[in-house]
Amino acid sequence: MSILIDQKTSVIVQGITGKEGSFHASKCIEYGTKVIAGVTPFKGGTFFNETVPVFNTIEDAKKNFKIDATAIFVPAVFAASSIIEAIEAEISLIVCITEGIPSVDMLNVKSALKSAPSIMIGPNCPGIITADECKIGIMPGFIHKKGKVGVLSRSGTLTYEAVNQLTKSGLGETTCIGIGGDPVTGSSFLTFLEMFERDDETKAVVMIGEIGGTQEEEASEFVKNKMKKPVIGFVAGKTAPAGKRMGHAGAIISGGKGTALEKLSIMEKNGVLIAENPSVIAETTVKALNK
Amino acid sequence: MDIHEYQAKELLAKHNIKTLPAILCHNQSAAYNAFITLASGVVAVKAQIHAGGRGKAGGVKITRSADETKNIAENMIGSKLITTQTGKEGKVVRKVLVEKGANIKKEFYLSLTIDRKTSKIAFLISPEGGMDIEDVSKNAPEKLLTVLIDPQYGVKSFHILRMFLFFNLERHLYNEFSELIPLLYFAFIQEDMSMLEINPLILTAEGNFIPLDAKVALDDNASFRHPYYADFTDEDEEEPLEVKAKNVGLNYIKLDGNVGCMVNGAGLAMATMDTIKEYGAAPANFLDVGGTADSKRVETAFNILLSDKSVRAIFINIFGGIVKCDMVAAGVVTAAKNIGLTLPVVIRLEGTNAQDASELLKSSGFNFTIAESLADGAQKVAKIVHSINKQYNIKKA
Repeated sequence: MSILIDQKTSVIVQGITGKEGSFHASKCIEYGTKVIAGVTPFKGGTFFNETVPVFNTIEDAKKNFKIDATAIFVPAVFAASSIIEAIEAEISLIVCITEGIPSVDMLNVKSALKSAPSIMIGPNCPGIITADECKIGIMPGFIHKKGKVGVLSRSGTLTYEAVNQLTKSGLGETTCIGIGGDPVTGSSFLTFLEMFERDDETKAVVMIGEIGGTQEEEASEFVKNKMKKPVIGFVAGKTAPAGKRMGHAGAIISGGKGTALEKLSIMEKNGVLIAENPSVIAETTVKALNK
Repeated sequence: MDIHEYQAKELLAKHNIKTLPAILCHNQSAAYNAFITLASGVVAVKAQIHAGGRGKAGGVKITRSADETKNIAENMIGSKLITTQTGKEGKVVRKVLVEKGANIKKEFYLSLTIDRKTSKIAFLISPEGGMDIEDVSKNAPEKLLTVLIDPQYGVKSFHILRMFLFFNLERHLYNEFSELIPLLYFAFIQEDMSMLEINPLILTAEGNFIPLDAKVALDDNASFRHPYYADFTDEDEEEPLEVKAKNVGLNYIKLDGNVGCMVNGAGLAMATMDTIKEYGAAPANFLDVGGTADSKRVETAFNILLSDKSVRAIFINIFGGIVKCDMVAAGVVTAAKNIGLTLPVVIRLEGTNAQDASELLKSSGFNFTIAESLADGAQKVAKIVHSINKQYNIKKA
C-alpha cells in the first residue's frame, strides 16, 4: 500500500514535447511509471519516444484512455490554463511541476479546485513518488526505496536529503510528496497527513517545512488531535532574515510572522518530534519508531 | 518586488483611485519648483525609499514655503534614512516626493494581501490610521478587522458595509467609500500585487477618501504580463551583489557572516545556513545555484561569493540527483582554476557518482576539504573559519 499512486496509476504528461517535459517524462518511464499519453497543443497525432501518443487536448486523450493522474510541465504563462483543463477533465490527481505561476492565477485554480474531485500537488514542486512503483515528478528515483515512512515537504533537494537518509537507515519510504514552495499551492501538509494516517504501510511521517505562511502550525494541530503515528518535523530557515524571499516565492517572513522558531515551538507543543538539524532526520525517525 | 510610494500611487491613479497631486523630485531646485507648481500653501516632502517607518525617522516633513521645501529636499537627498524597516545601515535617499497638503479629518489603516491559509484576498482594516499595524495587532487586536474576499465572487456590498460600520463613519460618506473599496480590489488583482498597504487612508474635510501613503509589493512571477515591472525596478534600492546575482540567474541573498555558501535548492540552502550557525559559525549568504550546477554556473557563483570581502571560507553542499556529482566536482575544479581560488573550501557532494566526485576533488591539486554529510561539512567549515579568525585577530593585535 501507499497513498495516491502505485504501479497501476495511468499518467499523462502535459507539455510532454517541451525540454523539461520530455526529459522528465523519459525519466518517469524509466522508473516504471505508466505514462500512457502526452498533451501538447498542435502536436496531436505524433508520438513521444515513438511509443507514447500525443494529443492536442486532454479531452482528446480522454477519449482514448482512462487517466488517473497528470504531470504538468507547461511554462508558467500557460500553466494555470493547463491546470484548469485538467480539473475540468476531472483527473483525480494533478501534479504541477512548473515554477513561476502568478499568485492571482493560483487563486483562480483554487476556486476551480473547490468544487472539483481533483487533488492538486504543486506548483513549483518536485512531485510525488511511491517508492519502486510510480514516479510523477523530477526527483531522482534511485534514492527511494520501498519502506515505511511517508514524506511531505515544501522543498526539493532538502527532501532528497531526507529520503536519502531514510533509505540508508533501512527504513525506506512509502510515498513522498513535495507540496511546493509557492505562497498558494493546490494542497497542503494537512491534505496528506490524513491519508498517511489511514495507510497501513506508513508507520511514520516526516514533514519538512520552511519559513513563511502557517501551514506547519495547522498541520501540527491535526497531528495533535487526529494522528496516532509519529510525525517527525524539520523547518528550514532559522537564520533567514525577515522580509526576504529565500528562493521559494512562499519562503518569506512577513510582518514578523512565519519564522522558523515560531513554527518549531508550536509543532513541538503539538507533539511533532523535531529534528534539530537536517542530518538527523532519519535518526530522529528511527528513535520515534523504536519507542 | 517592492516599489516606491510614487509608483504605487501611479498604479492606484491608473485605477481611478483619488490621490493627492504630487511631483517627484531628484534635487532641491526641482523641489522648490514643485512647491510653486502645486500652489497649495502646504506640502509634504517625502523621502522615496523601499521601506516603511519613514515618518518617525524624519523621512516625511511638512512645510509652508518654497525655500523651506528646497532646504528639506537638500538635506534629505543624499542622506541616509534609518527606519525600523531599513536595518541599521539605513537607506540612501535619492529622490523625494513633494505632495500637496490635505485637510485631514480622520486617518485609517487599510491593506490587501493574499491570505495563504484560505486562498482569498484579505482586507485588513483598522480605525487606528498612521500607527504601526503590528503594534495595533499586539496591543489592541479588537481594533483590527479582516474581511476575506473569495476571488470567485469578488467584493460584494456586504463586505463594504462591514468595513464601513467598523470604521464607524457617518452615513453620507457611504457612497464615496463604497466606490473606493472595489477599485482597490481591482487594482490589487489587475496589477498582480502581493501587498497593498495604505497607512494612512485619510478622510478629508471635503469628504474624500485618499491614500496618504501607499506601499505596494508586486508579484515577480507576473512580470510576463506587466512590461512596466521592469521600469519600476530600482536597483539602487537593492544590495548590489544581489542585483549582480539576479542578472546571471542566481538566487543570492547577502547575510552578515563569513562562511560563503553554495547549495543547490532553496530549502537545502536554508538548512545549510542553519546548520552552519548551529556549529558556531555564521553564513555569509543564501545562494541557490539551481539544478544545473555546471562549471560555468559554479564559476559565476564563486565570483559572487568572493566579491563579499567578509567571506573567509566556502562551503559547497550539493545533492546530485538528476545532475551527477562527478560533473559538479569537475565544474568546481575548473571554476577554481579559472578564478585562481585561494580560500579554503569544504565540499559535500551526495547522490549519483559521489565516490568518483570525491576522488576527482582529492586529485585536483586544490586543498579541498571533503565532508561526509551536511553536519560534518558545517562542522568542518566552522572550525576552519574559527582558526582563520583567531590568526586574523592575532595579526590585528
